[in-house]
Amino acid sequence: MTTIAPLPDETLAGRVKWTLHDYRAIVGQEFTHLVRQPANFAWGLGFPIVMVLLFVYVFGSAMDVTGEGAGVDYVAYAMPGMFAMTMAFGFTNTAWAVAEAKQKGFIDRVRSMPMASSAVVVGRNIADTMHAAVDLVVLVLIALAIGWRSGGTFGETLGAFALLLWLRFALIWVGVWMGLLVKSVEQAGNLFAVAFPFGMVSSVFTPPELMPGWLGAIAAWNPVSATATAIRELFGNPSSAGTSWPEQHAIAAAVIWPVIITAIFLPLAVRKFKNLGR
Amino acid sequence: MGTTTVEASNLGKRFKDTAALDGFDLTAEAGTVLGLLGPNGAGKTTTVRILTTLLRFDTGRAAVAGFDVARDARQVRRRIGLTGQQTAVDELLTARQNLVLFGKLFRLNKTRAGERADELLAQFGLSEAANRQAKGFSGGMKRRLDLAASMILAPQVLFLDEPTTGLDPAGRREVWDAVEGLAADGTTVVLTTHYLDEADRLCDRIAVIDHGRNLVDDTPAGLKRRMGADRLEIIAADQSDLPVLREIIAVVADGETAVDEGASSVSAPVKEPVAALTAAATAVRDKRLTVADIGLRRPTLDEAFLELIAKEDQ
Repeated sequence: MTTIAPLPDETLAGRVKWTLHDYRAIVGQEFTHLVRQPANFAWGLGFPIVMVLLFVYVFGSAMDVTGEGAGVDYVAYAMPGMFAMTMAFGFTNTAWAVAEAKQKGFIDRVRSMPMASSAVVVGRNIADTMHAAVDLVVLVLIALAIGWRSGGTFGETLGAFALLLWLRFALIWVGVWMGLLVKSVEQAGNLFAVAFPFGMVSSVFTPPELMPGWLGAIAAWNPVSATATAIRELFGNPSSAGTSWPEQHAIAAAVIWPVIITAIFLPLAVRKFKNLGR
Repeated sequence: MGTTTVEASNLGKRFKDTAALDGFDLTAEAGTVLGLLGPNGAGKTTTVRILTTLLRFDTGRAAVAGFDVARDARQVRRRIGLTGQQTAVDELLTARQNLVLFGKLFRLNKTRAGERADELLAQFGLSEAANRQAKGFSGGMKRRLDLAASMILAPQVLFLDEPTTGLDPAGRREVWDAVEGLAADGTTVVLTTHYLDEADRLCDRIAVIDHGRNLVDDTPAGLKRRMGADRLEIIAADQSDLPVLREIIAVVADGETAVDEGASSVSAPVKEPVAALTAAATAVRDKRLTVADIGLRRPTLDEAFLELIAKEDQ
């Protein structure tokens, strides 16, 4: 019998090195998935594209978001909302992938191996954030095609995209936690019922002040609204800032909300992962 | 017989208000195949999950490959392989990509991971399918790939949780051959199964578990022996022959002769099966009788198992 001794990783430096190595292996795996499943990627983008068509062309003509008449500047208003909504919905993909890895025994296999078991979660996070960046590029191309433009400086535009990924990054922890929480992949699929109001009860497509008072308040304080409003400011797109604090300080809110989300859901996800051994 | 590679004593594990394991003991000698047999919910999977460091336990102690499962989990993980109930291969990757990925996660460098993948593909008869996506594989091929993935570090102890559940007969045979090959190379195998023929064929020892406790720990032959002697059985072609056949069998019987009129059969335990069979067959011929069947019945592992479980439940 040939025994293949694994490389030693007892020193701290060795552990860090091999942990990063594990993360890279898992990220590599996720990217192979992306390449192997172009259809999935296309379907994932299909939804926002349909939403663009629906909102911009079906409802958009009746929307008066700027107070200058129905339909005016709606593309410029809706597209940043679209970007934010796609980032918001992304956590369901994360949850689904984690639930599948759990159900198929992949997580168990990895936990029985001498690797850094955090790689499943952290690798997932890195891969999903990168995936989101690719989603954004495609969405921006679509937006440019239908006439959306960023009026901000290069730095502001870049800052807006950074805020979008920052939101997505924070929501990945929600996805990991929920993916570990649900009993099956099918249940993970149902999470869209949670994601949908979360994405839509916001300033993504309509200004919160046009909604009934209580709903408008929820929409105004929704983290997705904060990001949508912040990037509208940075892109120099028409916005509909109401009077609430997050609408008045959208950029600050778009930075802070993901911090709060991460502070809550990262520990929850880690604890859930550790409790798999209970 | 060499050293003990798996040793668990007095394992206890509760899930809320049910005791999954209740003072379970288990030992496996190096290089042997140990079968863990029991009905659903008996505690088989819980035992495997504890021994592979996936699950904490409440009482007792367990050591695998010389390391304490609770205290030295990392050392244990370097020396074991696990194939769980589901095939935990990535179906979107090719067979080779799967093995390279797991090789990297077992912390082989890129070159070594590639070499090892090719070795294992050859060993498990998957070389030709190496560059095909695993999702197109048959159940048996997926299982073999799964086994290959758990063999990357040539583990001292391999844990297989129901390795052939859901496979067709050809797939089961493929997996059996693979497991036999590994055992022949010196790997200690601990496997759980519902299938008694599988345990009979693969295992050196069988531990029967029910309600989280040990029922029996024996060799397959020993387990069958507990069922008592072989029986000689004659099935009559004509019911009216039963009394005559009863007399014939009574001559060679080593115990009480039983007549089952419904099945038209007469049977009795015998001490020297072949001599008894020959004598009875000769007697049948001499009396110019026609019988439907005459033969020896060995107790099967199924009977031994069902009997054990029934006794336990009484």
